[in-house]
Parts: sequence; structure tokens; C-alpha cells
Amino acid sequence: MPLTRDQVRHVAQLARIALEPGDEEFYAEQLSGILEHIDRLQEVPTDDIAPTAQVVEVINPLRDDVPRPGLTQAEALANAPAAVNGFFRVPSIQEEA
Amino acid sequence: MSELTELTIAEAARLLRLHSISATELVSAHVEHIARVDPQVKAFLRFTPELYEKQAEEADRKLKSEEGGLLTGIPLAVKDVLCVQGVETTAGSQILRGFKPPYTGTAVARLFDAGAVMLGVTNCDEFAMGSSTENSGYFPTHNPWDLDRVPGGSSGGSAAAVAAGEAMIALGTDTGGSIRQPAAVCGVVGMKPTYGRVSRYGLIAFASSLDQIGPFARSVEDAALVLEAMAGHDPLDATSSDRPNDVRRDFDKGVKGMRLGVPREYSEVEGMEPGVNAAVREAIKALEKAGAEIVDVTLPHTDYGLAAYYIIAPAECSSNLARFDGVKYGMSVQDVDNITDMYMRTRRQGFGTEVRRRIMLGTYALSSGYYDAYYLKAQKVRTLIKRDFDDAFSKCDAIVSATSPVVAFPIGSRTEDPLSMYLCDVLTLGGNLAGLPGISVPCGMSAGLPVGLQVLAPQWREDVALRVARAYEVASGVKAEVAALG
Repeated sequence: MPLTRDQVRHVAQLARIALEPGDEEFYAEQLSGILEHIDRLQEVPTDDIAPTAQVVEVINPLRDDVPRPGLTQAEALANAPAAVNGFFRVPSIQEEA
Repeated sequence: MSELTELTIAEAARLLRLHSISATELVSAHVEHIARVDPQVKAFLRFTPELYEKQAEEADRKLKSEEGGLLTGIPLAVKDVLCVQGVETTAGSQILRGFKPPYTGTAVARLFDAGAVMLGVTNCDEFAMGSSTENSGYFPTHNPWDLDRVPGGSSGGSAAAVAAGEAMIALGTDTGGSIRQPAAVCGVVGMKPTYGRVSRYGLIAFASSLDQIGPFARSVEDAALVLEAMAGHDPLDATSSDRPNDVRRDFDKGVKGMRLGVPREYSEVEGMEPGVNAAVREAIKALEKAGAEIVDVTLPHTDYGLAAYYIIAPAECSSNLARFDGVKYGMSVQDVDNITDMYMRTRRQGFGTEVRRRIMLGTYALSSGYYDAYYLKAQKVRTLIKRDFDDAFSKCDAIVSATSPVVAFPIGSRTEDPLSMYLCDVLTLGGNLAGLPGISVPCGMSAGLPVGLQVLAPQWREDVALRVARAYEVASGVKAEVAALG
């Protein structure tokens, strides 16, 4: 089923990806083409089939909680685009009152 | 000293132990060869002299005191998705430009402990999404056998480096075929292990239920040695297995009496080239002559594999790539009104077209109202695909087929049509959906370009995949060769 431009805007908002001029048409066309191929999944009867999330037999392995050195504050911030006073700096999260 | 760049590990290790050459000489020969050929191939994104100089000296110290192992002093290239402490690691993406990991991932660390010498970081499709390395956020890599063609992908830089003699061994990652397909079209050996055989700690994640790290090499034995050195349980990856590291068991026992399954659906997939089919048929004949029994098997859900994969992998990637938000590392658009604006503009600018396309597709498949129709449905079909393999392996020890339905294609010829690119992985992605080990070995040429034979084995039977691949290498006499470049 083809994707509408409204749906593209909704999905882009969910994915936190800005849309630039031309992007809506581009995604609508390309994603619709891919989904057209994917729609063949609906032909497969799967009523009594359990879903597979992972394929090997490992189930919830536990390990001892042994302390080991982690990153220092300086190491954790070394790649930060913006840091101040030992914190990651980000633009305002709330509007000013 | 160009012949030093054509050696296998076994050959190089012998010369190193006899002290006929030093690790420093071996590494220098590769560095000089890279300077000559990489301007044409462009396999590497960046070089790591601060590592290879020290590691080569350390290798020579060990060799001098007779402490070295087989991998001591062996020149290695690492795909740009594996974190190495202090070495810029970007997943082929502009969004991670400048990122220097604070730690080294387990697979690479184990090879360093075994004495391997890291020459540099290889190019790949951005976040390992692609089949041609054209989606790199930096530049395309060229196939050493025909510089106008792609090296496959996503681990195209690693495959091209080994094919061009720029590295003796290389690491890649395989989520839908990203080791085996470039190995096939570059004429080298490439192996994807069972899901959980190699720790993914320090791997920049694409699709966590499918990703595995594996080796590229110019012989099956070399691939086995590198895999063995990386494999085994790691407390830092809860999905890594504690099964015995028996991947080289029965390596040289041949295929006499083994049953090899040929899935009828695999020779009929969309886009299969007659030249590829012919080379693979010859290879299967060679295995039969070597004593294997060839049996017909069927994988009835083959036609649905690509569709299931292109829901599951994008869904997982849309979740994994949420972490690239311009806050903790990498690119960040700073002249913004608020934090949402920063996220959205950073991600629009930092991610390339294919990555954004897959994040959008995965987000849509997981979004409210569509989850059952797409993601849940794809996971159920994944169960059926896994059952197909279980049924097939009740009739055979391993499955043999082409790795890629096509030889290396011209750069630019498939970039406009994502589905035509995705179809390159149609014979490999089943192995990821079912978690199987798979290897691609060179099996001759079609129109002057390499063709790969894929061997798939049941979970945890890397030993079987390697044994069949080795038997083919011996029986056919077809060896991975270094492409001649000016």
C-alpha cells in the first residue's frame, strides 16, 4: 500500500529526521516501492506460527556483578560536540515561561 | 618486495619464525604497496601508523624470543564499524566524523592480543547498509579486478584491501551478506560465523539480531585462523556463546561421504546471471568428484526472505540509530531553537540517503497500527525461513550455492533503484535470518570477474562450512589471487 505525504511527515517526526524540500515526494515514492515488494509477506499463512526475535538458544545469561573500571568523566565527554562544567550541553528543552 | 603482499598467514608465519623476514619488513611492504595501489582502489578511509609501527615492533620482540603465534606480525585491516580505542571510527558516516572510541571492541582486541598489526580502517556503506560501498559517507571504493566496478558491500573496503594485496587479512561485519557478497565479487574468502560465535562488543550496531563480525582472507585456512582467534564467550556481549571453540575441527578431512544440499530455489532467484550459475555448477561438480554426495533440497520461503529482512533489519536499525542525536558524539547542528530541532536537523544532515530511507522504513513498520502487519508478520516468516533450513539440514550436512547472483556491477548502475541493490543479498540474507554460519570462496570467473561459492552450515557448525570450503579449494585448485594493479 502506497505511503501518503501525510504519513511521510508523521514517520519523519517519529524518527526525528527533518524534511527538506523534495524529501516528502522522495520518501513517499521510494518507500512505497519497497513496501510493494514487502506486501508479499501477506501471502504467507502464519496463523499458528510463533514469531522469532532471535535465533540461538541463549536465554537470559547472567554474570557476576563485578565492579570494573568505567569511563572517567573526561573520557565520557571527550567526544561531546558541546560540554560545559562536566555535562553534555544541549539546547533548551523547555520554553521560557 | 611485492611478493610479501601476496602471502597467506601460514606462509608469512613460517618466514617470520625462520627470521627470514621481520614483522616490520612485512608491514612496511604492505604500507608501500598501499601507497602504490590505494589511490586507485580507495579501500581505506584512514591509516593507523601510530598502531602499526608499535605493533610491528612488539611482534618482532615476541618473534625474537620465540613467543609469537601464527598471527604475530600479520597485517590486518579493520572495517570502519569496529571500535578501536583512540582511532577515528565513523561507520562510514558523516554523523560520526571525528569520533574516537574510548575502548577497543572484543574481536579486534583478541586479534591484537594474538599479535596482528592494524594497518588502517576500511571503507564501507554507511552504517553497513548497502551492497556496493557506494553508500559510504566519504567516497566509493573500487573493485581491484575492474576499477570501474563496485567491490560489493557493505564491507567493500575490507574485501578490496585483501583482494588488492593491501592487507593479508581484514575484518568485516555481515547483517544480510555484507562479508560474503563483497568477498565473492572481489574474489577472496569471507566468512560470517553463527550468530553469537563472535562477541559484538564494540561493534557499532546496525541490526542486533542479525549482525556478526567475521574475517576476510585469501585462503580458507587463513579465514579459519582469524575466526578461531576472535571466537568464544565474552561477558561483555550477553548473546555470545560459551560453546567450545571448535571451528577448525576436521578442517582437512575432505568431503568424502558428506551430503551437500543444492536448494533448487537458489539457482532460480531473480537476476541470477548465467555465468554465475555456470561457475557454481562447475564448483558443485568438483565437490562431487571429491567424494561428496549432492542432494536436492528445497527452501520454500526463499521468495519471502528479502521482504522479511527489509522489515526486520530496518526496524532494528531505526531503534539502534536513535542514539545519534547530536548530544554525546559526532556531528551536531548547533544554531537551533530547541532540542527537537537539533535532533531533527542533525540527523537530516548527518545521515546519508540510504540510512535515512531505512530508518524511515523501520520507524513506519514499528509505528502504531502497522506493527502487526509488518514487524510481527516478518518475525513469523522468519520462523518459517529458519524451519526451511532445519528441514534442509535433516537431508544434508551443508548447503552450497552461489554467494551473489551477480558479478561486480559498474559503479552507479544500481544506486537509483534500492530494490535492485537489495536483490544482491537474496542468497545470503537467509543465513542471517536463521543465524547460520556461511562462507564464500572464489570459484572461478564470469566474463573476467570473480564468482563466489557459498557454503552454509547448521548453527555452530563453522567446522563443517570450513571443511567443505577447504575441500573445494583443494579439489579445484582455485585460489584467491591478488589482483594485478599498475
